[in-house]
Amino acid sequence: MLVVDVEKRLGEFSIAAKFEAADGVTALFGPSGSGKTSIINMVAGLVTPDRGRILCNGTLLFDSAGQNQPPHRRHIGYVFQDGRLFPHMTVAQNLDYGRRMYRLPADPAARSRVVDMLDVAHLLARRPGKLSGGERQRVAIGRALLMRPRLLLLDEPLASLDTARKREIFPYLLRLRDEAIPMIYVSHHAAEVKRVANTIVRIESGRVISIGGPEIIDTADPNALR
Amino acid sequence: MFSLSPDEWTAVLLSLRIAVVATLVALPFGIAIAWTLARKDFWGKALLDGVVHLPLVLPPVVTGYLLLIWFGRRGPIGSFLADTFGIVFSFRWTGAALACGVMGFPLLVRAIRLSIEAVDARLEDASRTLGASPFRVFLTVTLPLALPGIIAGMVLCFAKALGEFGATITFVSNIPGETQTLSTAIYTYLQVPGGDASAARLVVVAIVISLIALVSSEWLARRAGTRLHGG
Repeated sequence: MLVVDVEKRLGEFSIAAKFEAADGVTALFGPSGSGKTSIINMVAGLVTPDRGRILCNGTLLFDSAGQNQPPHRRHIGYVFQDGRLFPHMTVAQNLDYGRRMYRLPADPAARSRVVDMLDVAHLLARRPGKLSGGERQRVAIGRALLMRPRLLLLDEPLASLDTARKREIFPYLLRLRDEAIPMIYVSHHAAEVKRVANTIVRIESGRVISIGGPEIIDTADPNALR
Repeated sequence: MFSLSPDEWTAVLLSLRIAVVATLVALPFGIAIAWTLARKDFWGKALLDGVVHLPLVLPPVVTGYLLLIWFGRRGPIGSFLADTFGIVFSFRWTGAALACGVMGFPLLVRAIRLSIEAVDARLEDASRTLGASPFRVFLTVTLPLALPGIIAGMVLCFAKALGEFGATITFVSNIPGETQTLSTAIYTYLQVPGGDASAARLVVVAIVISLIALVSSEWLARRAGTRLHGG
């Protein structure tokens, strides 16, 4: 269970968001520039809120009264929109990076399960520079999973891909739901969000405007994924 | 046939030793300051930047004079280092290495700073979310990605150290076998009758060493580059 209650000024723009995310997939849904990414950056610890608190499974991650866990102790996985694989490491080294940094013991069973689930076994020896956009995004998902996160943040994981690549990745995202790791899924695509999430938090201009099930999204949305 | 006299060999080997030691000792300090300038904002940053670049714009003789005042046997830093660690700079090859390191430092820092600034900070963020402490972010992401620039900076520093003249001769003089480098030896040979041939031979050696350094750094940087971006 994630509890977020944060305020942040970013120049002219301001964020004041309050919501709770239970287990399962919670989508932060709203137009580009509405502050969704800034909100999950605060959850990850990459951006410090001006005021408020963030709790994850009862652990206080941030409290403006004087608590701020650095990102490398939060155990929160992050799949970035642009993948951000390390170009100087092979795919295998990228996958193992989080586990090594968190000093977790090697778990060959978990690793081969994730490698199979994401179909990246044939890519292990390669470097990210030679991968397609879809392959890169699958490796990024695997990298975040293998650090055994207590929460997984996905920031528009399909946005940098064309329609064919989106169709390619989507089944993997649906499989990811069965991993029993709570997820925050940021997107501005109505159809994508309706298919993936069981709770939807609508964000506009840095504010939460409604929270509910998939029914709160109008299917006539022109941005819907076909 | 091209062959060097024992005295010429001494000057060449001493120069190489001074340039290598100066570069290697300056490297960790150079990386630390370059990283600080590239990634941190703090009060007095412009001042630090200015001080680092000072040897580039000051007359080398002035730098040598300042080294003599501070690092000489009776200077505040020099006497402290001599009494506590037994490190003596004045009129020793170590002093020449210090002078060369100081003169090459701005070039070293500049190249490394530019390459660290070119490292995508978003990759460093990704590394933080994957459990890397700031120091491990630096070791596993920033440093390897900045490697081509670090190599370039080392070559610049090495070349500067090899050719340094003014600060060295002011600080530690021109003692054959102790502080007489390639450059000061060439200068000395040109001052004595019949020294032209020796000077010319050392000039050829200087050109060859510089070319080797340049070509090997190009090769290393290209290798590091392909390692980073595909392949």
